[in-house]
Amino acid sequence: MSLEKIYPKEVKQILSKYPPEGKRSAVMPLLFLAQREEGYINKAAMQDIANILDITETDVAAVVGFYTLYHEKKAGKYYMQICTDLPCALRGADEFMNSLCGNLGIKVGETTPDGTITLEAVTCLAACDKAPMFQTQGPDGIKYHENMTVDRTMELINTLKHADKEIK
Amino acid sequence: MSYILLRHRDIPDLNKFNVYKKNGGLAAFKNAVTKMKPTEVTDVVKNSGLRGRGGAGFPTGMKWSFIDNKNWPHYVVANADESEPGTFKDREIMESNPFQFLEGLALASYAVGATVAYVYLRGEFWELAAFLDEKIAEMENAGYLGDKLFGTEYSLKIYTHLGAGAYICGEETALLESLEGKRGQPRVRPPFPPSFGLYGKPTIINNVETFTNVPMILANGAEWYKAIGTQDSPGVKIFSLSGRVRKPGNYELPFGTTFRQLIYEHAGGVQEGRPVKAIMPAGASSSLIVVDDKVLDTPMDYASVRTVGAELGSASIIVLDDTVNIQWVVNKTVHFFKHESCGKCTPCREGTYWMQNITHRLNDGHASTGDVDLLLNVAKQMQGKCLCALGDFATTAVTTGIERFPQDFKKAVKA
Repeated sequence: MSLEKIYPKEVKQILSKYPPEGKRSAVMPLLFLAQREEGYINKAAMQDIANILDITETDVAAVVGFYTLYHEKKAGKYYMQICTDLPCALRGADEFMNSLCGNLGIKVGETTPDGTITLEAVTCLAACDKAPMFQTQGPDGIKYHENMTVDRTMELINTLKHADKEIK
Repeated sequence: MSYILLRHRDIPDLNKFNVYKKNGGLAAFKNAVTKMKPTEVTDVVKNSGLRGRGGAGFPTGMKWSFIDNKNWPHYVVANADESEPGTFKDREIMESNPFQFLEGLALASYAVGATVAYVYLRGEFWELAAFLDEKIAEMENAGYLGDKLFGTEYSLKIYTHLGAGAYICGEETALLESLEGKRGQPRVRPPFPPSFGLYGKPTIINNVETFTNVPMILANGAEWYKAIGTQDSPGVKIFSLSGRVRKPGNYELPFGTTFRQLIYEHAGGVQEGRPVKAIMPAGASSSLIVVDDKVLDTPMDYASVRTVGAELGSASIIVLDDTVNIQWVVNKTVHFFKHESCGKCTPCREGTYWMQNITHRLNDGHASTGDVDLLLNVAKQMQGKCLCALGDFATTAVTTGIERFPQDFKKAVKA
């Protein structure tokens, strides 16, 4: 697979943002593009991006390994990333996380048996006044969910579980 | 007083192009490009006394005047990586008053002769980046961005760029590395970005809130701006208030507003009417202030906050009441910095790791007698030994927590 074949318009548009001497800047947006379909970045995609940008596969892998929003393994269809940092924890984020784990029957870092949700604890998402909150990262990008309750989160998970058909 | 930055709270639909324009928007930019020399724009900002809102408080106009005019092209970069625990102001600005931010970015670009500007957003602001792209396109379509603006020789393009989850990219040289497609690790300074920045070219980097001040300063003049706030810290600041207050949120207030006014008059006081035990005025990077009446009556400006043993930083005010155990707070902040250390400097990479081992022991009740001293010792060994401020920030809550709230740590060891 080659990104330039699957997403010719997007690749061209991404490359047009940076000057010729700064072509390498496109590595991060291209990685997001590569991750869109499967939810993770495989070795072939890294090689492909390296070729597009005239850098080594190691250069690409170094970027993938550094940033938390790139994933190298297949996980749940959606990452549910709950902020448990200090300001959120002062508004009940840890208790929220514990109840959610109980409801889903999984621990932090695990995926629900049906493969819908991988639950993660993450650092500050800049929504400290609206805790408990989390983001979902999935095929349709990243979305914030704020002032959440466990009940509403379980409803959301149910929707995501059955959303397969609507999301391309 | 009407809002200067969070003007969407006064004017509905301000994030729509026509509404922004109808309310005087983009006139300052057009006026600058057609009637002012670039250095005149910088001079107005310099005279206003505007200081950078990202945390360091460096005078903005002075930073712009450092741009190296012997080396071209120039770039301007907006730091929209907002990641300090307790900070959530730039997001509100970009969501609700995006054009004022973009106009400020455009004015800065004109002032330093940049024809390309980037907005570096944290990766989590995925939806916001797409929203800003729409706003940028609207400005282009209306002739406020693009080639030969208003019939002059000046051209400007603005692009968004998403990070992918790394607090360190809020540090300006790490941000540049990341924008260049590398791991976000800070550079050795000097040289500073105004002489060696993006792609090795002179670059000005400012925080979103800083840029958002600029159109209002250009429209109303430096004297108008200087009359607000304090002499040391002119203007208004958005205080992101979180923790155990009744009404957390963003509060735009003049510098010099006291902690008491913010917490009790604006945010309705502390939950359940409990007393404030400690305040962290600069997010997780902050010193812990022991709160008494004198502290509550301290004006929030760069100089005054220093007198009570902390920095104002980005003014992310975290309020801790008397139910909060400071040892637990320190465990949280150390966990954050351990996760976010980029790994470049040994004292930070290893120090945060070992500090986390100890704070976990304290938090789980497995600590032994020497552990608090050991924690303090590790923290102090890290200080002043790293390329960027993260290494020091990781220790601030640790040292001030242990020194100012020793009883909370003694309890942890006994248990």
